[in-house]
Amino acid sequence: MEKKSPEGFWASLLRKETWKAGKYILVFSLAFVYLIPIIVLIQTSFKTQVQIFTTTPTWFFMPTLENYRTVLLEQGFTRFMMNSLAVGLVSTFFTLLIGGFAAYALVRFKFMGRGTVSFGTLLLRMIPPAVLVVPIYVLWSHFGLADTRLGLIIVYIGLNLPFTIWVLISFISEIPIELEEAAVVDGCGPLKIFYRIILPLIKPGLAAASIFTFRIAWNEFIIALVLTNRITRTLPVATTIYLTDIGVQWGNITAMGTLIALPAFIFTFLAAKQLIAGLTAGAVKG
Amino acid sequence: MAQQRLFKGITPYLFIAPAVFVMAFTCLYPVIKGFEMSFYDWSLGTPIESRKYIGWENFAWAWKDPALFNSIRVTLVFTGCSVTVQLILGLALAFLLEKGMKGIAVFRTVFIMPIMLAPVVVGLIWRYLFDANYGLINYFVQLFGFPPKIWLGTPGLALPAIIVTDIWQWTPFMFILFLAGLQSLPKDPVEAAEVDGATTWQVIWRVKLPLLAPIIWVAIILRVIDAFRSLETMFIMTFGGPGRETEVLSMNIYKTAFLSQRLGQASVNAVFLLVFVILLSLAFLLIARPALTKK
Repeated sequence: MEKKSPEGFWASLLRKETWKAGKYILVFSLAFVYLIPIIVLIQTSFKTQVQIFTTTPTWFFMPTLENYRTVLLEQGFTRFMMNSLAVGLVSTFFTLLIGGFAAYALVRFKFMGRGTVSFGTLLLRMIPPAVLVVPIYVLWSHFGLADTRLGLIIVYIGLNLPFTIWVLISFISEIPIELEEAAVVDGCGPLKIFYRIILPLIKPGLAAASIFTFRIAWNEFIIALVLTNRITRTLPVATTIYLTDIGVQWGNITAMGTLIALPAFIFTFLAAKQLIAGLTAGAVKG
Repeated sequence: MAQQRLFKGITPYLFIAPAVFVMAFTCLYPVIKGFEMSFYDWSLGTPIESRKYIGWENFAWAWKDPALFNSIRVTLVFTGCSVTVQLILGLALAFLLEKGMKGIAVFRTVFIMPIMLAPVVVGLIWRYLFDANYGLINYFVQLFGFPPKIWLGTPGLALPAIIVTDIWQWTPFMFILFLAGLQSLPKDPVEAAEVDGATTWQVIWRVKLPLLAPIIWVAIILRVIDAFRSLETMFIMTFGGPGRETEVLSMNIYKTAFLSQRLGQASVNAVFLLVFVILLSLAFLLIARPALTKK
């Protein structure tokens, strides 16, 4: 390397610092621009009709809870929220349970290689909901499952199982088999081993998988739209019906949207690490 | 041999049976049923006995259906544009932030939020932003001296608006994958190239990108599959309009089944969608195979 003159040194330091500062400004302005849509959503939900229907946006205003009052008290929204919660929690619980059993058997019994499992997962993930929606509507009506929460729960368990099994497999394969062998010597059956040894050890995997499973069940729209009625409707469906029925009441709609987004906000802030682990699972490790 | 002691006889099958049963019942069975339904003429709301077997007639009709071909085109344009832009932006951001900096954790957290949001919520946010009268986008457009536009109601503008929405929601996914990939790259090749005097650009093009190839391919495949699934944002923002401008194949299936009430025809279109997704993903997997198996 050539020796730098003092001026050259300062120039290069200056350039480095400018580059660094520029990067910071770029990144933070990008983060801000990225947040604008979410800020607008939350902000609009606290505005009055008058404040919403102006052509120049108002950024500072007296917040009102009027929209939330309307939505929570008058629209039967609480019922839909309970539906969404019930469907989300029950389907998450059973997905983890059934998926945990399957993942355990797949790892320890070696039915097939991991390659086959991940290819199968990918194949099932390829099926678009729009392909399933027509036959499921017909079949579920036939079985008396249409318009029931149970019918929706079953669909969500099925849709979430592939991903859950995939995530749990990677966690279970890291458990040393000696633990289970010791348990066998002590006279434990496979079921007892599963919930005494395996389940406690894969808690982080269960946490990551449950967030993703709950998210799908909570957010899913098209199958819920077709499979529910005005009693069993979930939140996303209720919102869209509101969106088309009564013109566009942006105040109420954004209040609904904010309430639907609430779990997403909570998960993002509490479990960013698990989310990234879940998003990159399989893709990065291979 | 430990396996034999742990699991005897039918135990492992009992462990795996519930999962197989549920997946077969909710995924495999409906797909098969849908294929069967595509051979019938059947209106929504009429009893199953009233359906008529018509063989391949639905398929013959689909072949001459301009709406079907339009929706295939819309799906391909939507998928191609959004995945390409997401790929480029995601890569650029990942390389920019690879070195790590203070506050990166906050930035990553901010970036995950759109991914976690319900597509329905994303759709309604952007429908409001693109609103012709009260939307923020028209406000800025006018601020810069351009005439306001009816974004979601004008042919030629609606699809780009929806692509922008998808880019907003899913670029972070690419970025997070690539960042994780870059941080797990082996150090030696990069250092060797730097010692040999390679410029930053050369290191990126010649060393890092080829090493990153498997992850890039996986990201593309996952995003293409997801783009073929998406339907909610169009449903909320435009309901496929104006005309059939933003009617993706999924939207077409929904409308054919539940608005036109032609279950057989909708099933044929669903078969098309499924075959399309599978062929496209397999094609990508084949192209990506050398990169994926190199490790």
